[in-house]
Amino acid sequence: MHTFEFGRPADAAAAIATAARAKTAQQGADVRFVAGGTTLVDLMKLNVETPGRLIDINRLPLDKIEATADGGLKIGATVRNSDLANNAVVQRDYSVLSQAILAGASAQLRNMATTAGNLLQRTRCMYFRDTAMACNKREPGSGCPAITGANRMLAVLGTSEQCIATNPSDMCVAMAALEATIHVQGAKGSRAIAFGEFHLLPGSTPERETVLEPGDLITHVTLPAPLAGSKQVYLKLRDRASYEFALASAAVVLTMKGETVTGARVALGGVGTKPWRSHEAETALVGQAADAATFRKAAEAALRDAKPQSENGFKIELAKRCLAYALKTAATA
Amino acid sequence: MRDDPPSSPSRREFLQTTAGTAAAAAIAGSVGGPVVATAGAGVTTADGPRIEGAVPITLRINGKDRKLRVDPRTTLLDCIRETVDLTGTKKGCDHGQCGACTVHVNGRRVNSCLSFAVMHEGEEITTIEGIGGPDSLHPMQAAFVACDGYQCGYCTSGQIMSAVALLKEPCGADDAAVKELMSGNICRCGAYLNIVSAIQQVRRKA
Ligand SMILES: Cc1cc2nc3c(=O)[nH]c(=O)nc-3n(C[C@H](O)[C@H](O)[C@H](O)COP(=O)(O)OP(=O)(O)OC[C@H]3O[C@@H](n4cnc5c(N)ncnc54)[C@H](O)[C@@H]3O)c2cc1C
Ligand code: SF4
Ligand code: FES
Ligand code: FES
Repeated sequence: MHTFEFGRPADAAAAIATAARAKTAQQGADVRFVAGGTTLVDLMKLNVETPGRLIDINRLPLDKIEATADGGLKIGATVRNSDLANNAVVQRDYSVLSQAILAGASAQLRNMATTAGNLLQRTRCMYFRDTAMACNKREPGSGCPAITGANRMLAVLGTSEQCIATNPSDMCVAMAALEATIHVQGAKGSRAIAFGEFHLLPGSTPERETVLEPGDLITHVTLPAPLAGSKQVYLKLRDRASYEFALASAAVVLTMKGETVTGARVALGGVGTKPWRSHEAETALVGQAADAATFRKAAEAALRDAKPQSENGFKIELAKRCLAYALKTAATA
Repeated sequence: MRDDPPSSPSRREFLQTTAGTAAAAAIAGSVGGPVVATAGAGVTTADGPRIEGAVPITLRINGKDRKLRVDPRTTLLDCIRETVDLTGTKKGCDHGQCGACTVHVNGRRVNSCLSFAVMHEGEEITTIEGIGGPDSLHPMQAAFVACDGYQCGYCTSGQIMSAVALLKEPCGADDAAVKELMSGNICRCGAYLNIVSAIQQVRRKA
């Protein structure tokens, strides 16, 4: 591991001022905030992350879950995943978020992992994690061995010729379906970023994963007021029953009147290069009867543009069945 | 030197004792006789190795303040094992994937391999040595013994630290709920069934 200077800033302004001196906030950043450390320390041990300076944000006052004036919820950047998942309001009004978090990692890791850290967790693509290998995300222009190599776990939606890495987060899938907003304080002031605009597709710059710039500190995430009477389900399919990343997952938030779907928000995990909101599936659901035929149509719509790689073609059908089953479970809940 | 009264010599004590024996033998010019490992005879002191850039920190481990000097790169796990010499906490994968390194920070279980020691200044850290010793077993330690919750024992301290923390977490009554919340602790020997029995035994008595 490379050496680094460690500091604990007195307040958010000091943290931002120090981080703003970095050349990039993306891959290769020379300054990094550290929260739970479960992504960063892991990658520093592998020399995939080599920051010369670490800013410990764990003691900044960003650890509260509070109601917002418009009936929504404000979740601090350093709220631990376990506290968020077990929060009574989250379990009652945003249960898909609680379900998603509890389906991820382990109890120990969830005690460490934070809201902001989870938003920024990195892909588990094995070439990205191995500095002996080429990888466009880690070393732009070096190539993508996954396209001709081990890609069973990798993405089928949002891929490019340069990178097919999956975004591995469960929490993000639920937040996409809940239409969360990410709040950032940076060198040039504060801004709010709609969830769908926060993560970037790999395109020709897979090293750029989010819209964050040097100095940008995520301070909190807000959720809009819950949809009255909505039924929420997170379904995660994986190689073992627990403590494993998703092969395919689905977050659904449904509102119904009788047997008709009146509102739907759908997002997929484990299959996209970013947390995958599917407006196509939502359009196929709204106004339709909540039955197997509708759910299958929605699933077909969600995966219409999916592109299989040599080893992960099975994910397309798996994701369709995952979404259809999640919709059925929600509708009959 | 150590906090825990050892019941049988650990590998590390064995190595330390051997070093002590060699020194004693060299001085006395004789072999045999009782061997007493004394501080300084190959024993890691609380002051870590003199590495450039080491920073002073105070960690509160098992109720005792420890003034230490550590390289900022030292994980909480390596600090506990190598600097403080509490070797009950184990290193398995060193990447958050096995749970062998589980300790409590402010009463909550974490993977000590994925955290830097410098991040824990002033926090309450509890290791397996802090929850009970051979003469005063924690009920969970006793239940692991009673239920045979291990084979080789390498994962055991992590399993027990997880299990003790689980007692205070929201967890359903059935075995499936326990298995789910214990999934972050891998047991290569596959002692899972007995581990679940031990935990359920303690929960039923509580
Ligand atoms: C073995 C293992 C299994 C896992 N399984 C799953 C799983 O099944 N599902 C799942 O979803 N996740 C899983 N994870 C990933 C885990 O959820 C993430 O590692 C965790 O959420 C990251 O949060 P953190 O606080 O530890 O982040 P850190 O490691 O502290 O930080 C991650 C990144 O975010 C940046 N950062 C942190 N806070 C801020 C902020 N406020 N503003 C700006 N930047 C910030 C850091 O600089 C760093 O670049 C697993 C991890 C491990 C090790
Ligand atoms: S898929 Fe992306 S992360 Fe994986 S090797 Fe290719 S470029 Fe790197
Ligand atoms: S050594 Fe920490 S989880 Fe394996
Ligand atoms: S008892 Fe051997 S690894 Fe668990």
